[in-house]
Amino acid sequence: MTLTQQARTARAAGATGGRPPRGGTGMRRRQTLWAYAFLSPALVLFAVTVIYPMIRAFQYSLYRWPLGSAPKVFVGLQNYRQLITDDQTFHRSVWNTLYFTVVSVVPTVALALAVALLLNRPRLRARGVFRTIYFVPVVTSLVAVGYVWKALLEPTFGIVNTVLGWFGIPGPGWLGDPGWALNGIVLMSIWRDVGFYMVILLAGLQAIPREILEAATMDGAGPWQRFRRITLPLLNPSILLATVIGVIAGLQLFTQVYVMTGSAQQPAGGPLNSTRSAVLFIVQNAFGPLEMGYPSAAAFLLFILIMLVTLLQFRFVQRKFEY
Amino acid sequence: MPLHHRLASAATYVLLVAGSLVMLGPLLWMLAASFKSIPEILAFPPTLLPKSFDPRNYRQVFEQADFLRYFLNSTVIAAITVVSVLVTSSLAGYAFAKFTFPGRNVLFVLVLATLMIPFQVRVIPLYVLAGDLHLLNTYAGMVLPSLVDAFGIFLMRQFLTAVPSELIEVARVDGAGELRIFFRIVLPLAKPALSALAIFTLVSSWESFLWPLLVASSPDMYTLPLGLAQFAGRYLSRTDLQMAASTLTVIPLLVAFLIMQRRFIEGLATTGFK
Repeated sequence: MTLTQQARTARAAGATGGRPPRGGTGMRRRQTLWAYAFLSPALVLFAVTVIYPMIRAFQYSLYRWPLGSAPKVFVGLQNYRQLITDDQTFHRSVWNTLYFTVVSVVPTVALALAVALLLNRPRLRARGVFRTIYFVPVVTSLVAVGYVWKALLEPTFGIVNTVLGWFGIPGPGWLGDPGWALNGIVLMSIWRDVGFYMVILLAGLQAIPREILEAATMDGAGPWQRFRRITLPLLNPSILLATVIGVIAGLQLFTQVYVMTGSAQQPAGGPLNSTRSAVLFIVQNAFGPLEMGYPSAAAFLLFILIMLVTLLQFRFVQRKFEY
Repeated sequence: MPLHHRLASAATYVLLVAGSLVMLGPLLWMLAASFKSIPEILAFPPTLLPKSFDPRNYRQVFEQADFLRYFLNSTVIAAITVVSVLVTSSLAGYAFAKFTFPGRNVLFVLVLATLMIPFQVRVIPLYVLAGDLHLLNTYAGMVLPSLVDAFGIFLMRQFLTAVPSELIEVARVDGAGELRIFFRIVLPLAKPALSALAIFTLVSSWESFLWPLLVASSPDMYTLPLGLAQFAGRYLSRTDLQMAASTLTVIPLLVAFLIMQRRFIEGLATTGFK
């Protein structure tokens, strides 16, 4: 949510919103009835598909709860304790998730900014064509391009290592190498997401009045100074919006890992847990052994992590805007 | 134009074209590989174009897996989801924007708070619920988690708050019923927001993978991404067939995007906070 949006929300929430209540209690009661009638489909669906599952998930997380016939056992916070103190695989999956998020979001946003700056140059021809080309990967199926990149990253025959070879760089083993597998997934994710953030940042850039930049040029500011002192600060809300979206999506990493590292013979997440993400950990622990309790606790821990990171970012946004 | 401007301009184009090659390269490689044989795909140095455009890989894919059915399933699921999200979001957004009633602020904050709940917290109980309701491996089960969207409600409320209340007042004074006001006045005004939300919901639904993976157990319920993953899992070393199947999976949304580019970019990027 951008700050302007927040401000608008706050203003709208402060105002009485709809029509001023007049015409006495009959009118007001009628309004209340209609409002709830309009709200009811959404509220009923929320109750069934969000609130109820949320409460159940927390309940599960306090039990050993096998799906099916075996009886459930109340274990209190035991699941949480085990996850936090003992479970090496869970630790690794959380670390992988954080690593993926940082190592993919930062370059993606930086590259998207570079492309947006190039596309925002005055008198650029074919701007629309370039914008379309860079956006195309965003609308390609993640599963499909997962398989494409798996082939591109093939160590011996793959295009990526072939191209690296042209420059005399020996390519790594990518998805087969525990030290490189996650980086292969990062590479694919950067490729797929650049266009999305580019559009957000381009919208932000186009909102900066050209007069300000022209005035700065008149005053003798060079290109770097203009970028550093004017463009970047004014673009801050867009950059932070892009980062927040990217981080929330990154922390929920699943499909890429499932597609690029799994097969019929070998469950996803390898080699040697090097690509197992937190969501993959939850899914594999729930639907492999059909145990509801332990993975629910893991899901809650991930939820808390996402909330903390998001709140931290919004705190950062607010501080950034005090000058 | 002074020389250094011309140089900068040339550099801009060189960079943008180079970047475009990187963006389109993997997709063009996929398309070319979908017509190649395995030895052609592995050839060194790599070849650009296939020897022939014989669609034998595609023929084999269609023989082994019903991609038309997967496409149909994806379409049905996306259609139900989009309609449900548009209806629930516009109704609720309208109530939050234009009605005064007890509990309004509390409910709205609650709705916004659910935006913070990631899917994986809900997924295990939702799976159990779908099982209890006998919805596993059905369309109803496939759409269950995405029938309502807090973000959609938020978007519609923001948009409708800006609609002048006088329009609604005048209609009320003229004796128009509440439903009539909603359908005849509010909905037509909300078209831009509805279109953005529709595209956003369509793409999320089309892309969703985790839930179909858990719920759809028989091939006749597979969606496109799920059908592709199951197919590729069976033909692990057949990159030629995988690329043909991947191309089939990419095409529908890509075509829709190329036809309605502006709407797509607006729908995904301006509503893109999620």
